[in-house]
Amino acid sequence: MSATYAFTLNGQPIEVEGPPMARLLDVLRRDLGLTGSKDGCGEGECGACTVLLDGEAVCSCLVPLFQVEGASITTVEGLSSEGRISELQRVFATEGGAQCGACTPGMIVSLRALLDRHPAPTRAQVREYASGTLCRCTGYERILRAVEVLTDQRLAEGVAAPEAREPSSE
Amino acid sequence: MTFADSPTSLAEAHEALTRGAIKVAGATDLMVVDHATLREHASVLNVLGIAELQGIRLTPDGLDLGAASTFTRIRQAEEVMRHAPVLVEAARTIGAAQIQNRATLGGNIANASPAGDSLPALLTLNARIVMAGPAGRRTVAYDAFHTGYRTTVLCADELIERVIVPLPTPAVQIFKKVGTRAAQAISKVVVALSANRREGALTDVRLAMGSIAAVPTRLVEVEALISSGPLNPDLADRAAALIERTIAPIDDVRSTAEYRRHVAGRIVRRILLSILETPPA
Amino acid sequence: MQHLNAVGQSVPRPDGLAKVTGTALFLDDLPENGCFHGVTVRSPHASALIQSIDGSLVARADAEAIVLVAADVGPRNSVHLIHDDWPILAHGRVNHHGEAVALVAAPTLARARAAAAAVRVEYEVQAPVLNLDQALEGDPRTNGELNILARCEVDHGDVDSAFAEADVIVEGEYATGHQEHAYIEPHGIMATPRFDSKGVFTGVEVVGSLQCPYYVHEALCYLFDMEGSAIRVLQSVTGGGFGGKEDYPDLIAAHAALLARACGREVKIVYERQEDIIATTKRHPSHIRHRTAVKRDGTLVAMDIHVLLDGGAYTTLSPVVLSRSVLHAAGAYSCPNVRIRGRVLATNTAPNGAFRGFGAPQSLFAVERQMDKVARALSLSPYEVRSKNAYREGDVTPTGQVLKESVSALGVLERATLATRFRRQRSANEAARAARQDDGRPLLGIGLSLFWHGSGFTGNGERRMMSKGAVRLRPDLKIEVLSSSTDFGQGTEGIFRQIVADACGVSLDDVVVHVPDTAAVPDSGPTVASRTVMVVGRLLRRAGEKLSFALGAFAAQLEGIAPVSVVLHDGIFETEQGTTPFREIARRYLALHGPLVAEATFEPAPDSAFDETTYQGDAYAAYGWGACVVEVEVDPDTFALRLAKLTTVSDVGHVIHPVMCAGQVEGGTLQALGWGYLEEMKMKDGRYLNDRFQTYLIPTMADTPDMETILIENPTKHGPFGAKGVGELPMDGGAPALLQAIENATGICLSAIPATPERIFEASKIKAES
Repeated sequence: MSATYAFTLNGQPIEVEGPPMARLLDVLRRDLGLTGSKDGCGEGECGACTVLLDGEAVCSCLVPLFQVEGASITTVEGLSSEGRISELQRVFATEGGAQCGACTPGMIVSLRALLDRHPAPTRAQVREYASGTLCRCTGYERILRAVEVLTDQRLAEGVAAPEAREPSSE
Repeated sequence: MTFADSPTSLAEAHEALTRGAIKVAGATDLMVVDHATLREHASVLNVLGIAELQGIRLTPDGLDLGAASTFTRIRQAEEVMRHAPVLVEAARTIGAAQIQNRATLGGNIANASPAGDSLPALLTLNARIVMAGPAGRRTVAYDAFHTGYRTTVLCADELIERVIVPLPTPAVQIFKKVGTRAAQAISKVVVALSANRREGALTDVRLAMGSIAAVPTRLVEVEALISSGPLNPDLADRAAALIERTIAPIDDVRSTAEYRRHVAGRIVRRILLSILETPPA
Repeated sequence: MQHLNAVGQSVPRPDGLAKVTGTALFLDDLPENGCFHGVTVRSPHASALIQSIDGSLVARADAEAIVLVAADVGPRNSVHLIHDDWPILAHGRVNHHGEAVALVAAPTLARARAAAAAVRVEYEVQAPVLNLDQALEGDPRTNGELNILARCEVDHGDVDSAFAEADVIVEGEYATGHQEHAYIEPHGIMATPRFDSKGVFTGVEVVGSLQCPYYVHEALCYLFDMEGSAIRVLQSVTGGGFGGKEDYPDLIAAHAALLARACGREVKIVYERQEDIIATTKRHPSHIRHRTAVKRDGTLVAMDIHVLLDGGAYTTLSPVVLSRSVLHAAGAYSCPNVRIRGRVLATNTAPNGAFRGFGAPQSLFAVERQMDKVARALSLSPYEVRSKNAYREGDVTPTGQVLKESVSALGVLERATLATRFRRQRSANEAARAARQDDGRPLLGIGLSLFWHGSGFTGNGERRMMSKGAVRLRPDLKIEVLSSSTDFGQGTEGIFRQIVADACGVSLDDVVVHVPDTAAVPDSGPTVASRTVMVVGRLLRRAGEKLSFALGAFAAQLEGIAPVSVVLHDGIFETEQGTTPFREIARRYLALHGPLVAEATFEPAPDSAFDETTYQGDAYAAYGWGACVVEVEVDPDTFALRLAKLTTVSDVGHVIHPVMCAGQVEGGTLQALGWGYLEEMKMKDGRYLNDRFQTYLIPTMADTPDMETILIENPTKHGPFGAKGVGELPMDGGAPALLQAIENATGICLSAIPATPERIFEASKIKAES
């Protein structure tokens, strides 16, 4: 059974017709032409398909279409508009955060979710939060440094306060 | 062709469930299997919008967690941090952020994987599972929930509605996962222990493990040993030896039986030593 | 020497914006235009005779579906690489689990999958050969004899006499396992067929996620027995390769092209992750045996090394992998007497093929662990034994190559030990272990490795390839780089712009890079072997200089002065009469003379030679040098590792782009560490059990150490502006350094990887018993 589902996509209301269990990833890529989210493993392990669902990072390969009814979805395409890219995207490009680019959209969306909650995260916070997105090219060091460049900038501008150190989990 | 329902109340849900609808919560396992096998369901039911499954609160019965609570919510909820830190620690280790944002407590329980990370924590918390079906509600001790490998007492037309953790919870709660890597890993062995301290000994000991048997398992014999006398390094060593002798895990793609046996004992030993080193609150 | 404006600067990569905004179009992102989707029917057995294949039910399942079997491939049913033993579709028998047996195409992916399920294949299952131990017992396919896919031997000095007179002889055996490339974008190819007015197939255009457009081009020319002009191969944005998209796209392109010919329309094949892991190439597992003769002071006297690689089912590039493995097997150390024997044996697993490092990581793992064993036998520290024997300028390698320039073995070693206070830290860890309580606190370890990696093809490879690179002045006055070198993440495109901008004397904005397209770019050789910057970059520098010189001569002509006095700098032609912008001269040139293209062809160094029959001579034009220090915490109860700190020192010559160069080192070293302790391919009946990302684990950000990446620059005359290759060097040192660190932490000495907790646990029991 195909049905029509209404949700918000990158700030715009949208209606999509499709089977209820269609993967959100396929709906985005095939039906809506938003190919920024990548299909890297189909089982929620690589994070290349990460989108924001009501502001929280999720793997769009694991979200059935019928569960996004009424929700707000943001994809990597929604993080930049009319040639204006976010600071996160800018530092990612200049600091070596992107190599092959296949994980990059998912990584950027995951980091956006973190930065929305923690504007100046510690390295440990970035490591924990972004561990759901695999990168095979960079060794992650330049991704961490990109976030640090952004964090330093935010702290210097006074738009973010430093994070308190989280107690160790052990 | 799949028929889909997104009810907002249990009453609405029951009708679809009697038709045999597949329950869909965070879908983090279901979607993987669906995609890999190309299977299609005749009917699916979104449980995430059901009002009765929402929220985390304190009630006279105890810490009351809605089955639709995601592990992110569990990690963030002050009530859980205060009363059930072992569950918070378990929640931290389930997948990574993308999974914790979707996967639910009820889903983890109903999915009934022997490697489910929250399950040993629930065993140590003496949790009760509230299930709702067409015939009404029933509550079972989580101890009695699993009946075998991936089978449970939950009927097809029932939903896990809530999970109740009786209060007060034990003062000592410790969780340790031995996974395949530092994050986003399936467990090789997962250990949860809860207890109270009385003078130099532990009482009310509950020790549970995952990935060592077909179901998440309490180690009653070891619990008895740990409660049997003053907590000291010798007791810790004896507990480790008993575990290594008595559990019967399997070889699989993630680890070996022998390693699991060894590590399960060593982890419990370490937990006991760490309790010994920590002055009572 | 040109003025360097761009080279050496970490300028933004040209594809960065598209990648961070998600607008970069990978193969599966391209418009489909009503294409059919191709699906591969695969063998469920590792070794079996094919008794029958019946595709007749496919038509009943889906009238539009097309099915192809071996008989439909034509007479040239093999992937044209070194030996043509790798069938495009299995005929008669299958030699590995997941081998392609039939192809199906249908209008949608779901329909293609459903149709593929209707193909019936009957097998007579045979006993497979699944690993090197079994292969050494003989192979049924070769009547119980060893099934040798390749051999390679190097002899230097008088090994037997040296052993007879040696103070100390140390023996060791080392093993490494399969490694999956795990590029984040799985394989994908789209093929568009061409037909003439009579409907006769005249060629095919292929676009795909690939490293080597001309390899695919050659494979398709061979398959269809067609002229080069009939086949066109383009690269789409490629989401990682690491060697995995060097050889294997030949096969997928053949599949897609055959289906496209049969369907009469575009066909796309995109692998699912599991399919990608099951079917495609892996790093060759190895067994390597060392016998080393040393003086009491640690000086190497002789090395006797046996390298055995598991080639998998077919030859693919194994002879070349073996060659590089053998040529690196004695490590970064001078030794007067060396004998190396290498063989690749066939097994019944997916063919093993190219993977970053190309055999060298296996042999460098072995020799580095052997050096640790030598040190232990002589009570020397790992640092001392390395420092005593590390190559100096003027030393001679096992192939008789005199290392005349750009030798940094000692330099990287010293820098790495200083940066990490290696010797002090190592002793402190040992003392801490001796004094430790059994209290669950982590054990700290530090480990060091020293390694080298030859840049460019081995021996006469470059001479044979005779690569070309070109630059072209476009009508829009951009200088366009024409080469077949691909960017699959490393930053090739940006680095070529930097090299050409400085070679020409123009700004970066004046330079663009043409997409690798066999219809438009010359054959610069494959993008492999750490050759892109050093070999192709040098061609492009020369081509750029030629173009710049031609414009300068034209500018001189316009002003009636001697051509040599007009040089392009910073986008300006300057003469005594005044200055003219580059664009002005370029515009006038094009108006007067039309197109301007400058090409350069590889020129072998006049003083270098390599004899392929004796394996003596200059094996590589230049070598990169690396030292790697890993600091690790070992959980004494679970033997789980936490990588605490990684320090690398690399000499890759003049660094063209510091950030991207460091990115290569960091990413490569993490792959090496993953291979060293985490990435494992278990098998059951020839089927990989770790065939998903849930079971084949690569390091996440939480598994990764903080990294300090030090680049020292010892230029070579063989590369542009002194640059050497960086791509593979980082893969060489991580694993042995990690195992030495584990040894420092635990006293447990491992000789096989991956060093999983289970493996360390096993070794700890043996240690406890002894």
